[in-house]
Amino acid sequence: MLCEECRQRQATVHMTKIINNMRSEIHLCEQCASNHEEFASITPFSMNDLIASFMDMGAGHQPFVRSATVKCPACGMDYAKFKKTGMLGCRECYRHFSNELLPVLRKIQSRTEHSGKVPKRSGSSLLLKKQINELRQELKIAVETEAFERAAEIRDRLKALEASYREQGRDIK
Amino acid sequence: MSWIEEKGPDRDVVLSSRIRLARNIAGYPFPTMMKDSDAREILDVVKRCFSVSTPFSGRRYSVTHIKDLPMVDRQVLVEKHLASIDLMQHSDVAALIMDDRQRVTIMVNEEDHIRMQCILPGFQLDKAWEMLDRVDDTIEAEVEYSFDDRLGYLTTCPTNVGTGLRASVMMHLPALTVSKQIGAVLQTISKIGLTARGLYGEGSEALGNIYQISNQITLGPSEQDIINNLTVACQRIFEKERMAQQAMLKVSGKQFEDVLWRALGTLTHARVMEIKEFMALMSQLRLGVGLSIIPGLTAENVNELMILGQSGVLNKRAGRELDDADLNVYRAETIRNRLNEILQA
Repeated sequence: MLCEECRQRQATVHMTKIINNMRSEIHLCEQCASNHEEFASITPFSMNDLIASFMDMGAGHQPFVRSATVKCPACGMDYAKFKKTGMLGCRECYRHFSNELLPVLRKIQSRTEHSGKVPKRSGSSLLLKKQINELRQELKIAVETEAFERAAEIRDRLKALEASYREQGRDIK
Repeated sequence: MSWIEEKGPDRDVVLSSRIRLARNIAGYPFPTMMKDSDAREILDVVKRCFSVSTPFSGRRYSVTHIKDLPMVDRQVLVEKHLASIDLMQHSDVAALIMDDRQRVTIMVNEEDHIRMQCILPGFQLDKAWEMLDRVDDTIEAEVEYSFDDRLGYLTTCPTNVGTGLRASVMMHLPALTVSKQIGAVLQTISKIGLTARGLYGEGSEALGNIYQISNQITLGPSEQDIINNLTVACQRIFEKERMAQQAMLKVSGKQFEDVLWRALGTLTHARVMEIKEFMALMSQLRLGVGLSIIPGLTAENVNELMILGQSGVLNKRAGRELDDADLNVYRAETIRNRLNEILQA
């Protein structure tokens, strides 16, 4: 069902009014409903509302006091808008608003470290790090089983990987 | 053919399994801050991955610009769960890339640059992930994703960051709902990072006793962990639903059967039908089919009928936008005819 006001978005807020036995129904989308006072209290509660509240809480018990004019230098997303919508403007926003964002992530996510898929494209130091750890394991086994020729081979590959890791490893905390 | 008409595992309780990945392309602001020229470039880049000359995994992909699509067709895509309402709201720059079996869809310039999904009939999350993982690799071969070593795939909304993965199972839980056990079930799953929503997403009610259960957490666990977690929880819910259905059958016997048969009676004879009543009757019909009480129908027939009775699909069929009164008459008529056709076949 489409919203009765804008006729564009899906209606997700429905109200049936019965006044003196006269029944009337209103079907609106969330945005149009938010302009109606009578709907204000029943608009569905979304994850984005929660994000805004968590942001105010900050890392400690004191709410953050931050000027609403602080903007992401890369894309121009301002803090007030981010807080209102729960949406970021670019990858730089994650860095720029990290003080506010990390406590939110701790609450809405399980951890703050990704452990899943990594893009196969070169350039990801995480992938390098994974390969280095795997090679170190292999090296250990090779040494333990006295497969010295293999160990030397692995050591050369490790050296190369570690060098490129240091070149781009600035990101890793 | 699509998830609606194809057979899937556990189809007595599960309608579909869906995996969605959110991705953004490096070097561009997210859709919240991008310019229209950025959006056009992004669409060109993604389109290139699915060009007709190199059909990906043997399938042909079509590209649809949302702005060229009539309103009624947009609604049909949403009702079939092939695109999101959000995509339609970004209509000026958004596009939908879809394979010919309607299993894989790639939404471009939605909340994130790329939202790809794989939807399969019945309970098969692993297969959906396997397919979508390959689609993701294919796109990644052409573009560089916005990825952070610590936070993973960067998304517009921090609720998707990390894996960018949302796995979701659409299931029919009439017995748990009627016996009021559903509240406890939903409370329990929320403790392990899962969430439940109605048929058409956040804020929508559980029309027709249909629930979508999905992961809330995207950062921390790996893709496989998220899917395993959801799989195990779903299996337990199916078990409970089947037990509750058997209990109802045992306790109420003929009365219970009577309710289900009457649903078929109403669906094959009614002249006016509102969506709410329709979805409630479809739930009873589905239950009757799942328990082999009502012969001559399959779970796929029920899926087809359920989608057929949705407002957008009906408007599309009618060739014009019907007002509520006409729509309710047309719904009753369309369902009646199709149902009789199936039963007589």
